[in-house]
Amino acid sequence: MILFMLPESEKLIMGTLQQVKDPEIDSISIVELGMVEKVEVRENAVFIELLPTFMGCPALDIIRSNVEKAIRESHNFHEIHVNFVYHPPWTSDRVSDEGRLRLKEFGIAPPPERIAETGEWHVDCPFCHSTYTTIDNIFGPTACRSILYCKTCKNPFEAMKPISTIM
Amino acid sequence: MKMGDEACKRALIELLYQLADDDFILAYRGSEWLGLAPHIEEDVAFSSISQDTMGHAAMFYQLLTDLGEGDVDQLAHARPSKERKNAILLEFVNGPGHYLSKPRYDWAFAVVRNYFYIQAKKIKMESLKNSSYEPLANVALKVNIELYYHLMHWRTWFVQLMNADQTARNRMETALTRAFADFDGVLSLGSFGVEMARYQLIEPEEMLKKKWEAYMQPVFDSVNLTMPVDFGKKSGDGRAGEHTADLDRALTILGEVYFEDPAAIW
Ligand SMILES: [Zn+2]
Repeated sequence: MILFMLPESEKLIMGTLQQVKDPEIDSISIVELGMVEKVEVRENAVFIELLPTFMGCPALDIIRSNVEKAIRESHNFHEIHVNFVYHPPWTSDRVSDEGRLRLKEFGIAPPPERIAETGEWHVDCPFCHSTYTTIDNIFGPTACRSILYCKTCKNPFEAMKPISTIM
Repeated sequence: MKMGDEACKRALIELLYQLADDDFILAYRGSEWLGLAPHIEEDVAFSSISQDTMGHAAMFYQLLTDLGEGDVDQLAHARPSKERKNAILLEFVNGPGHYLSKPRYDWAFAVVRNYFYIQAKKIKMESLKNSSYEPLANVALKVNIELYYHLMHWRTWFVQLMNADQTARNRMETALTRAFADFDGVLSLGSFGVEMARYQLIEPEEMLKKKWEAYMQPVFDSVNLTMPVDFGKKSGDGRAGEHTADLDRALTILGEVYFEDPAAIW
């Protein structure tokens, strides 16, 4: 979503949504994750469309109620509509540059920016930045994360799985 | 798709029930493996896959809700087995014993069933991306992306176990015999299949089957396995509501919490 093109009221909402963090990675906001697809204000109602990262993600209901709560506390709308939509599908390239930094701060490697045609991908260690890493388990503690291992600093770490429509 | 067309809507609803019920029961069978998978990494991976799969089932049930078929929880939990459209292969128990007492689950069967099913599901999703029913096409695009990792996971297990020692190979061969005997039921689009293709909801069944074989052939070749000329529907036709006692028992367990208070929000 391109922020500077939004009208003033929607920009304020985006500012509020910036306060809503991922329940499982509390350094990154849903805006930085690229989950906010649409914000629209019509008179006394606000309509927000969010993209789930993974469909089976159990945190979706928590995110929805956190969004409603944040909007209620900072704004005066008679109606707050928060919906999850599946189109366009969320892809890992929606994570903003700011978001990539926040993930690293949390010790999670951001999703790789490129995926080879074979589907192979690579991420550097978020701790020592070594490129000498291996994938331990594609499936990590949550649907969107994988477990890797750094052979340089000998630390296990997590990475946000690349998700792309070419897959 | 012209929604005014009753025949089209009927075929669409039938297709959605097949997709939803397939994912629902297999996700449940997957969740029963929790704590019992061969190692801890696999436990994490398999439960993550099952969680995704249950999420997909929920989406397909939601599309049915949107078409006026009733509430999502009711669709998932309250329909008796004779109304279920899942393939019979997907409802079979994981093996002898019970989850809570002496489970002797069959890992070879889990690998074969999941690998074969996920490949079939991936082919369906690729086809559904072009479905004339746009809400389904949108969901399929999203599901398809998530399947990429599921497929890679099961393919790795399949190839490794097929190439492992003779004991593993024998167990895999036994699992393959069982899977092939009922795999037609998975690829089947049921009695509305012709309408589904005519209204361009999904490609014809024969096309999906050919694609499945084409994707599998190189993998089969690499592990020295022959593609059967035909698959079977030995245990019955799940798309027509025929099912085994395995499904009834699963539905009873799955429905326990729901039936305590169908109106509750969990
Ligand atoms: Zn390192």
